[in-house]
Formats: sequence, C-alpha cells, structure tokens
Amino acid sequence: MFKRKDILPGFNLAIGYTVLYLLLIVLIPLSASFLRAADLSAGEFWRAATAPRVVASYKVTFGASLAATAVNVVFGFLTAWALARYRFPGKRLVDALVDLPFALPTAVAGITLAALYAPNGWIGRYLALWDVKVAYTPLGIVVALIFTGLPFVVRTVEPVLQELELEQEEAAASLGAGRWQVFTKVIFPTVFPALLTGATLAFARSVGEYGSVVFIAGNMPMVSEITPLLIITKLEQFDYPGANAVASVMLGISFLMLLVINLLQRWSARRLA
Amino acid sequence: MKIAKHLVRFISAAAAVVGLVAPVTAQAADFVLLNVSYDPTRELYHEFNQEFIQQWKQKTGQNVLVNQSHAGSGKQARGVVDGLEADVVTLALAYDIDVLVAPGLIPANWQTRLPNNSSPYTSTIVFLVRKGNPKKIKDWNDLVKPGVSVITPNPKTSGGARWNYLAAWGYALDHNNDDAGKAREFVTALFKNVPVLDSGARGSTTTFTKRGIGDVLLAWENEAFLAINELGPGEFEIVAPSESILAEPPVTVVDKVVDKRGTRSIAQAYLEYLYSERGQELAAKYFYRPRLKEVAKKHEKQFPKIDLFTIDEKFGGWNVAQKTHFADGGIFDQIYVPGK
Amino acid sequence: MRNGIRRNQALFDPPWARAGILLAVAVFVTLFLVVPLALVFWQALEKGFGEYFAAIADPATLAAVRLTLIAAGVAVPLNLVFGVAAAWAVAKFEFRGKGFLITLIDLPFSVSPVMSGLIFVLLFGAQGWFGPWLAAHDIKVIFAVPGIVLATVFVTFPFVARELIPLMQAQGKDEEEAALTLGASGWQSFWRVTLPNAKWGLLYGVLLCNARAMGEFGAVSVVSGHIRGLTNTMPLHVEILYNEYNFAGAFAVASLLALLAVVTLVAKKAVEWKYAAELKAAKGREGGQ
Repeated sequence: MFKRKDILPGFNLAIGYTVLYLLLIVLIPLSASFLRAADLSAGEFWRAATAPRVVASYKVTFGASLAATAVNVVFGFLTAWALARYRFPGKRLVDALVDLPFALPTAVAGITLAALYAPNGWIGRYLALWDVKVAYTPLGIVVALIFTGLPFVVRTVEPVLQELELEQEEAAASLGAGRWQVFTKVIFPTVFPALLTGATLAFARSVGEYGSVVFIAGNMPMVSEITPLLIITKLEQFDYPGANAVASVMLGISFLMLLVINLLQRWSARRLA
Repeated sequence: MKIAKHLVRFISAAAAVVGLVAPVTAQAADFVLLNVSYDPTRELYHEFNQEFIQQWKQKTGQNVLVNQSHAGSGKQARGVVDGLEADVVTLALAYDIDVLVAPGLIPANWQTRLPNNSSPYTSTIVFLVRKGNPKKIKDWNDLVKPGVSVITPNPKTSGGARWNYLAAWGYALDHNNDDAGKAREFVTALFKNVPVLDSGARGSTTTFTKRGIGDVLLAWENEAFLAINELGPGEFEIVAPSESILAEPPVTVVDKVVDKRGTRSIAQAYLEYLYSERGQELAAKYFYRPRLKEVAKKHEKQFPKIDLFTIDEKFGGWNVAQKTHFADGGIFDQIYVPGK
Repeated sequence: MRNGIRRNQALFDPPWARAGILLAVAVFVTLFLVVPLALVFWQALEKGFGEYFAAIADPATLAAVRLTLIAAGVAVPLNLVFGVAAAWAVAKFEFRGKGFLITLIDLPFSVSPVMSGLIFVLLFGAQGWFGPWLAAHDIKVIFAVPGIVLATVFVTFPFVARELIPLMQAQGKDEEEAALTLGASGWQSFWRVTLPNAKWGLLYGVLLCNARAMGEFGAVSVVSGHIRGLTNTMPLHVEILYNEYNFAGAFAVASLLALLAVVTLVAKKAVEWKYAAELKAAKGREGGQ
C-alpha cells in the first residue's frame, strides 16, 4: 500500500465542527459530573467504588451485558443477513420491527418483558414447566438487554451488507471459490468492522441501561442488582459524590473497553485496505 | 442536491407537525400552584385540587390552577432542591422534607408550622394477601416463616418501604424486650423471604398483584385498599397485624419559592384546606386516616384497629433511623452484605 | 456451463443454510419483537377501542406528544449534521487519535441514562454550576423544556455518526477522488457521490436517532420534574398512567410509540423507490447514448 496525499477537501471544517460539538454536548457536561466525584478524598472514592455490593453489581452489569451482546451479535447478524439478502414473507414487517426496542420507552419494554416472562406470563408459564425462571433473576436482565441492544447490531451491519458490491463476490466466485469461501474471505471481512461496531454500541448501551432492567431484574443486592440502580440508590440518599464515584468507575471501564474495541476495529479495517 | 431538497422538505414538514399539535395551554389562571408529591397520593390530590379550586373561586373569585408532580418521595425532594419550583411539597416522610432545610428553601422549624407535625392525615403499614389467605398470615411473625414469600420495595429507594422495615423492627423490639440484636435477626429473616425488591411502592404492588409473585405484600394501608379496588376486587384481602407504625406523611409550603412567586397566601390556604372537614373527608375517601376527630369517628369502621407506635418513640426520629438503618453500610445493607 | 453453475452456487446460500437462518431469525424475532409488541397492543386494547382513543385524545397525552416531537425535532437535525461531519472526517481522512475520537463519540451510549440526566442537573440545577446565574435571570433549563431537549440531544448524540462511520469506511474514498479529478467541486462530490452512497447509513442513523429520541425515558425522567401536561414526554406520561393503575391508557400511549415502526417502513420504501427511479433513469441515459 502506498501513501498518498489527501485530495478531498473539508477536513478542517468537519473535524473542527465535530470536536466543538463533542465538547459542548458531551465532554464539558460529563466533566462536571467527574468534578463532583472529586469532592471525595482518594480513600473515600475507593471505598465508595469498591464496596462489596458495588463490586457485585459491576459483575452483574458487565456479565449480563456481555452475554446479551453475544446473543445479539449472532442473531443480529443473521437477522441483518436475512433482511439484506433474502426475500421472505413478512420481511417488511420484520424490518420495521427492528427499531421497536428504541422507540418503545425502556420502562414499557421492562414492564412488557416482565409481564411476558413472569411465571404467569405468556412465555414464562411455559418456561415454568421446565422450572426455568427468567423474570426476577439475572437471566431476566440478559433478556432485557438483548431487547434493548438488538437494533444496534442489525442496523449497523445491514447497510454494509446492502452496499456490498456483488462484483467482489462474483470475482471470487469466478476464481473458483465456493460459497463458504466467498463468505469467509470476501463478505465477512468487509462486514466485520461494522459487526464489531454494532456489538460495541450494543454493549455500551447495555452497561448503562436502567429503565428496562429494573422491572424484570428483581433487584436483589449481590445477585441481580445492576450498577445504574445503585447509582440511583445513592442519589436517593442525596449522596451525589458517591453516585458520581460509582458512575465514573463504570464510565472508565466502558471507555477503556470501547477504546480497545475501536482500536481493534481500526486495525482490522486497515489490514483490509 | 436532491437529498438536500428532501431534507429541507422533511424538516419543514416535521416543523409543521409540531406547530399543528401545539395546543393552547395558556389558561386564564390568576395563580398557578405546583404541588410536588409522592406516588400514592395521585388519586387523593386529583380530587382534592378540583375541590380546592372551586372553593377558592367561590371565596375569592380568583382562578387558580394546581399542577401535580408525582414520583418517589426521595426523588421529588431532590428535584425541589435542584430547582423544581414547588409551591408546596406533600411527601412520604419528614426526612425527605428535612432535606430542603440546608439549601435554605424552608426554615428548620417547618414541622411545627401546621398542626399534628404538619401531617394532615396518617396511614400505617398493613399486609395484602391473596384471596382466602392461603398461607394463614396474621401477624409480623408469620412473615419470617420459611416458605412465605414477602413483597416489599427497597427501603433505600422507597419511602414506603422504610415504613415497612421500621414497622417490622418495632414489632420485633416489642416482642423481644427491646433487644436490638433480636430485632435485627427478625428483620434479616424477613428480608431473606423477599424475592424481588422493586424501587417503588407502586412497582411492588404491580409485582404482587399482576405478576403473581409472593404470598404477602407489605403496603401503605391506603395503597392496599386502592389495590383491592382498582386491581382486583375479591382477589386480595387486607390483613391487619397486631401492631404497626404510625406513618405521618407531612406537608409544607416551600418558603423560598412562594415568596419569589408571590403565592404564599394561596399555598398556605391550600395546605390548610387539607385540615378542613372537607379535606379530611377526601383523605378518608382515599383511605388515609383523618386527623379531625369528627371525621375520624365517622370513618372508624373503615380502618382496622391496630396498635400504632411512632417513629419518635421507637427510633428517636427520622435522622437517627435513617443513619442507623438505611444509610450506606447501615443495618439494611448489612443484611445483604456480610459485615466487614 | 458447469462453471456458471458453480459460480451461482458460490453467490447464493445453499437452501439448507437459508432455511436454517430464516428459522433462527423467525424464532428470535418472534420471541424478542413480535410477542412483546403483541402484548403492548393487547394491553392497550384490553378495554376496547373507545378507551384506547380516549387515552390518546386526552389533553395531557397530546401535550406529551407535542413535547416529544419538539425534543426529537431538535435532537435529530442537530445530531444529523454532527454525524455527517464526524463521519466525513473519520472515514475519509487519516489522522492521529482517530480511535480515541471515535471512542469519545461512543461515550454517551455507555453513560447510564440516569447519569445523562444528572449531569445537566449538576450544571443547570439550583445547586449546579450555572444554577444561581440562571435563577437570577429567571431562565429555566432543568425541569423545563430546554433541559428535556438537552438530555435528548446527549442521549442520541452518537447515532448518526456511528451508523455512517463504518459504512463510509467500508466504501473508501475512491469515488469522491474520481469525482474531484473529473472536475467536480468538493461540495458537488459530497452531495452527488458521498451522500447517495451513504443513504442507508444515513437513513438508519436518522431512524434510530429519532426512535431513541422519542423513546428515551431515564435521562429525561431526571430533568423533567414530572409535571402533568407541562414537562411530560410520552415515555414519562406512560409511566404516570401506569402508576395510576391505568394500564390500558399507559399501553395505548406506548403503542403510539410502537407505531414509529411504521415510519421506518414508509421512509425505507421512499428511499428505495426514489433510488430505483434514479437507477432506471441513469440506465436509460446510458442506453440512449
């Protein structure tokens, strides 16, 4: 690969606007919250952020988010694939439904899922036959997070699949590649960065999700209590610094994870180019 | 360029929709009051406001509009501290109103300004069980038995749940010669029987009534009555324990706001109307225990007889109770996190 | 001939894979989308159509609809412009710290909605940095419409950018460069090449951004003040109705939000239709020459 000078215009304008808007809407307001946490001494901060119950909630939150993201990566990809490549009855309906988890207020989603998966619900009553409990267990959290994260994966992968040039596949095919090879060597590498982006976003969203989870989680301390709920709990006690301490730890962890994934994604994209 | 055109067209269409739906909200009101309250008072104030508005119009000829805001009691207090311009607050417990003292919104002696600790009505904590009371739950000591599933919201986030917790604690003290260690064991055992901790009282009611979880719901007395009426007459029964706590949900004018907005006299009148015979009747209608003797007498039959103790008697007031039991690392936390 | 068959096989999924994928998608979509949606409408219509329309025609509901439209109406265009600018910079140019910048753009996703609301309370609330100044000038941000709009903008901040970036990266910049070499100006190549190429990303970005802007609950709940008919958005109004044990009403309002899916349908159809026509026109021109 050779380096060449950018001949496209507009970089300064675009990047300038991007950074300015980012500062105004996100970074400055966020730093206000971090500064509130700075009211605490280092020792207090550490105690607030690493109390056993808080640590247990990190595990629940990040664990459930990972599990939900994994499910979404697989089924989200398949859904996007089916939508982009197949014709099937009800396709338009499915396509329209994909945005539902965003449009439906998280609280409604939580209430609805709890109603479905409770032991007397439409789905829960059949699960109860096998003694499977979903609502009011950590599994319920995963279900809620699958729901809220679903559109991310589908909607980031779908446009890339739609724009994928058929010529590349044809070229590979004319070189004698089979379907599986075309998929693994041509299609998947092109889609992979988008899939990773979708997964990242779904994960990030899951970690912070509150509204839909509290209705279905059961919220038992040490077992099914998520970090955002603990933050709320601290706020209810007017413990702003404590709430901000926990929030900033959580933000720090997700920031690092996002950064690693983004770098990984850039690396994979560059390797492609 | 086509996309640009479409974009412009889309945005102007959207703007048109927003403009069209814009209702004419400007009502001819001389005064607008904002009452910031907690969750279970929705129905009460809905009707109370209408009566007050009428009565005020008759008395003074002025049109007044009362806006309502309801959410968890602690959250509402925080909102007022952060600048929600409430003319009056009507919250679940004095502790939440005490929070308004530090930022200078109300004076420290606020609770002495109106009769009865500024609590125009009271309530208590009762049990709601399923029809026929299949688990034979009669009193607090039935709640700690193995196999009984108890629903209560989380005391850390719900004012009502704090009353639940303290009521159980008070009962345990009375039955163990005021032994705090025994009371702690009792409450720990009780919370071991809790499978779901919702964040608010209404959430717990829904979990119990709609989702079919749990054998007994610990609830405000007024909420228990309302749940039976609204969610399933004949499906649930109220069980009155032998003793419980006297819950006093207090009210106050928010001085800094009413002085700024010039609404002090009408806000004051609004709260005083709660103490009037009509106000007390309405409280009783929505299953709050009225303070006014005559009204209380009239509705005597409606409320089960329960020995009621106050938070001052048993716990030395809200500040102490909050610190010992509900603050981070307090006794409630220790129930779930093995002590350090 | 045999080569042709092999090629076709390499271009299409084998029937068993197709069937398997469709089955998996069907089960997944049914469990996580269709059944919840059905339940929403089931509960909304529990008391019949009369109650359903009464709940929607209620003045407090209409006020909530209006506020929601205002919030989305501000948030979506703002974040759309930002998204296009950011995607242009990130996807078409190489610069240091790009991964870092993208991560910063993602940040609002990982901030818990509650915190997203709280940060504005910390800034503009009575105890916040600008609180006293705002109070002195009698400007209301928190517990009023501006606060709700701000929280919505924050929560939906990354959507358009994050939809466009991977797509525009996958497309590279060869086409724009070709257009420039052929004498097009920068704007021309942007309007005629970049935007049409990115149409799907743009569409999904706007749809998701809009859906989330209208459906946001946690952040808005913190800055709203919950005053019925004044500072309630649709999701908050749903919560209020639900807490009043008016389940049918709550789900009726929620079902309105679910109907946004129909908007998706129409928008997508419109884009497809528009580009189908253009494609045909282009082909026609080629044929004529």
